[in-house]
Amino acid sequence: MNQHFMLDGRSIPFEEGQTILQAAEHAGVFIPHLCYHPEFKPHGSCKLCTVKVNGRHTASCTMRAVAGMSVESDTEEINAERRALTQMLFVEGNHFCPSCEKSGNCQLQATAYHLGMMSPHFDHFFPNRPVDASHPDVLLDFNRCILCSLCVRASRDVDGKNVFALSGRGIGTHLIVNAKSGRLADTDFALSDKAAQVCPVGVILKKRQGFAVPIGERRYDKAPLGEPVDTTEGR
Amino acid sequence: MTTTKKLKVATTSLAGCFGCHMSFLDIDERLFTLLEHIEFDRSPLTDIKTVSPDCDIGIIEGGLCNAENVHVLRDFRKNCKILIAIGACAINGGLPAQRNHLSLPTILEEVYHTSPGLSNGLIPNDPELPLPLNQVHPIHEVVEVDYFIPGCPPSGDAIWKVLTDLLAGRKPELGHGLMHYD
Repeated sequence: MNQHFMLDGRSIPFEEGQTILQAAEHAGVFIPHLCYHPEFKPHGSCKLCTVKVNGRHTASCTMRAVAGMSVESDTEEINAERRALTQMLFVEGNHFCPSCEKSGNCQLQATAYHLGMMSPHFDHFFPNRPVDASHPDVLLDFNRCILCSLCVRASRDVDGKNVFALSGRGIGTHLIVNAKSGRLADTDFALSDKAAQVCPVGVILKKRQGFAVPIGERRYDKAPLGEPVDTTEGR
Repeated sequence: MTTTKKLKVATTSLAGCFGCHMSFLDIDERLFTLLEHIEFDRSPLTDIKTVSPDCDIGIIEGGLCNAENVHVLRDFRKNCKILIAIGACAINGGLPAQRNHLSLPTILEEVYHTSPGLSNGLIPNDPELPLPLNQVHPIHEVVEVDYFIPGCPPSGDAIWKVLTDLLAGRKPELGHGLMHYD
């Protein structure tokens, strides 16, 4: 750890091969992110962790730290861009926090609070995305999917099951279930799977425990986002 | 808060449940302090039916689910210097917008014709009734909105914070604990 780079004027040590985000988290500096999870290979798709390296935009979860580089993260300009990305995620899906079991434990919501998102700003898509309640233990509510692919990666890389995939392209990209019927009940998905634990939003929900912890007493009700986040949160 | 002339504040609930208005009343005895600085114009609290043309602040609860909502919203925007969207429904459509993935004829058919327990149900079509919109929309999709107070409903403290910030000439800000979407 004798190499350093500069992050918002602060010297951050790193080990060879660490990304900017990993080194920052290790040093206790928070960079907003949604598709990054410390246990998985970075996906680099949500772009929330975008920083400026030597004046150029890049995803800090995929960019390796290099000695002497100058990184900007917590600036008005970059946070405004992150806020716009978050607003787009909100209007592309159906994110009605008051009726969502994940409210208060949701990383998307906490990120929006962190970035001071007072309104969705853009016009809503109000997409039609039916839920999948077929599985005995888990509900899938696709309305809230932000395409982070954490469930895809967890199922494929940890569970060895390949239950989820992202299908389609561009704005048509959507989460699918790998069964002929498209139903979760027709896969070998189980509540004990890693994929059941990693959803940062309210798509993959354990049945029969929705409001066991009341709204107002949940993780981000107690403390704001701002420390390295374990998305396996205890609900 | 050192205003000389009292600011005129108008409020209304469009496609909302009046929960945000109830939460407004949750500022409790601070309402007396507030009334030293503001007077209510059109509002369910005064029962005044029209917005004065020189209103300072308009507070809108609820989204837009019918033609009358749009008319009232535009009237508020025209007559209020500052427009505030209060609550989830005004900001993202909220609960009423849960109908947005269904077609209006399907909904009317189910509500008035095919639901269990209905006999000879007719779909209301009195000309007095405002026509429903195909989808429920948040208010910023129709008029420019200056400030937003998220929450379902926002707490009395959050509402108090925004109003006192505005009265003091500050940009309203909600920190952790006051900023809630639920």
